[in-house]
Amino acid sequence: MPEQLIFSIEVFLNGLMAGVLYSLVALGFVLIYKASGIFNYAQGVMALFAAMTLVGIMDGQVPFSHLINATFGTDVHHFGWQLPALLSILLTAGVMVLLAWAVHHFVMRHLVGQEPIILFMATIGLAYFLEGFADLMWGSEIKTLDVGLPQGLNETIDEVTYNIFGYGFFIDNLDIVATVIAALLVVALVLFSQYTKHGRAMRAVADDHQAALSVGINLDFIWVMVWSVAGFVALVAGIIWGAKSGVQFSLSLIALKALPVLMLGGFTSIPGAIVGGLIIGVGEKLFEFWVGPLVGGATENWFAYVLALIFLVFRPQGLFGEKIIERV
Amino acid sequence: MLDASQDGYITEDGRRIGGVVMEMKNITLRFGGVVAIKDISFDIREGEIRAIIGPNGAGKSSMLNVISGFYVPQEGEIWFRGERRPPMKPYEVARQGIARTFQNIALFEGMSVLDNVMTGRLTHMKSGLFQQALWKGKAEEEEVANREVVEHIIDFLEIQHIRKTPVARLPYGLKKRVELARALAAEPKLLLLDEPMAGMNVEEKEDMSRFILDVNDEFGTTIALIEHDMGVVMDLSDRVVVMDYGKKIGDGTPDEVRNNQEVIDAYLGVSHD
Repeated sequence: MPEQLIFSIEVFLNGLMAGVLYSLVALGFVLIYKASGIFNYAQGVMALFAAMTLVGIMDGQVPFSHLINATFGTDVHHFGWQLPALLSILLTAGVMVLLAWAVHHFVMRHLVGQEPIILFMATIGLAYFLEGFADLMWGSEIKTLDVGLPQGLNETIDEVTYNIFGYGFFIDNLDIVATVIAALLVVALVLFSQYTKHGRAMRAVADDHQAALSVGINLDFIWVMVWSVAGFVALVAGIIWGAKSGVQFSLSLIALKALPVLMLGGFTSIPGAIVGGLIIGVGEKLFEFWVGPLVGGATENWFAYVLALIFLVFRPQGLFGEKIIERV
Repeated sequence: MLDASQDGYITEDGRRIGGVVMEMKNITLRFGGVVAIKDISFDIREGEIRAIIGPNGAGKSSMLNVISGFYVPQEGEIWFRGERRPPMKPYEVARQGIARTFQNIALFEGMSVLDNVMTGRLTHMKSGLFQQALWKGKAEEEEVANREVVEHIIDFLEIQHIRKTPVARLPYGLKKRVELARALAAEPKLLLLDEPMAGMNVEEKEDMSRFILDVNDEFGTTIALIEHDMGVVMDLSDRVVVMDYGKKIGDGTPDEVRNNQEVIDAYLGVSHD
């Protein structure tokens, strides 16, 4: 087999794995968009916030320690404990539910029925607030996140591919784990929204507020639930991304990558978010591999956006989005 | 002809009407300076079909929205099943057992007919969020039991053939019937219908009338409805409230209302000099 082709296969697989992370972030967007028509710009920052909170809880960091020390002249920074990963994840999930409640109670509840652009602006504000708040709470230094996920070269794949192609593929264990987790998460979300009472209520609220009220659905409860689920998805994305490249503020920028993913997959489709993420992941890696050297590299920075632009021209509703029909 | 006692009365066609289920006392509703409902009182009895009629802008829909909790009146008392109802959110009213349909159809367009009707059962599902999420025990049992009720209603309203069809694809008349099915799925103690026949052709109107009568007959559902079409209302209802400019101008059996001079004036117009 020609060498270039073998390399391409490896690049393809790596692209799939990278795409999973895009999918995860895009999934958070889709959930909130479907249920409330809000494009949540803060989804990426929520992932950052979740990852920082997780590290903070695990390492027993004192929240707001800078603020406390500056105000009272004390010198506290750690409680001095190290919590197990699973417990910390559960506690962080609890924090994300609190955050969901606060976002709904203090911001979104007051904007019900407003224009989508106003809701969007509110989430931009939320993103900046949350970024500053996370900084204030946990400090701005780069942290490592280790929840015990396997990392490094997967030797089995390396060996098997070496025997077949005479060249061992480098696939990171973490990417494999991420893929499995993402798949489980998606299956769980789809089952939840299709076959349970609260899932049905969620879809109902997304469809028609008045009708939802008339069958006894508490809109406030559903919205808090949706933001909580989105917060949970953000936590999963934050854990994986944080384990991969450290918990730092650039994490919030992955939200921007989710944008082309959504344009590809459609804003209202869960499968769309997944497929869109994979296409972008694979596309940008392969493009970089094949075309990158010809144009001086760094194509990964713009490839996704150009692809999204092409989609906007020819298929504005995305691959799986609801068809846009204007009635006149 | 009407027996005013709490025990109810017997209709001409021999149906037994029970005690008062809902009583509106001196309801006044304002929007800023506009008075939509002015000091209106009436009651709805168990098992009866009660109509609210009136010309355009009379305040009928406002009245229905007051009953279903979408509007909160500034003055007056609402009594439901012997208890005074504090100001409530619409979803709380729904949970009390008051279901409704809308004049402009409010269905979940993206969901199938079956899913739409299933949402009507939400108030009957008690399992918690975690049970739901884990799909365990009670949640599963509930889903199955509720599914049975829903299938029965779907059969009853003759919409089996479109069970799996997304609502957005249905014609208007069928949508109205699906909306009725969803409201009925809640097994309401009081069913509110906002212009159930609006925009329908004669045949569809006849179908809908038949379903309303059948529902009332078969399930003993108490129904309050708003309707434009005088002919339909007079055939369907046991008692009628007539509204005009936010005020009550008549209340009684269809025959009584038909012969009420004020009602005739409101509908046919009268010269003011």
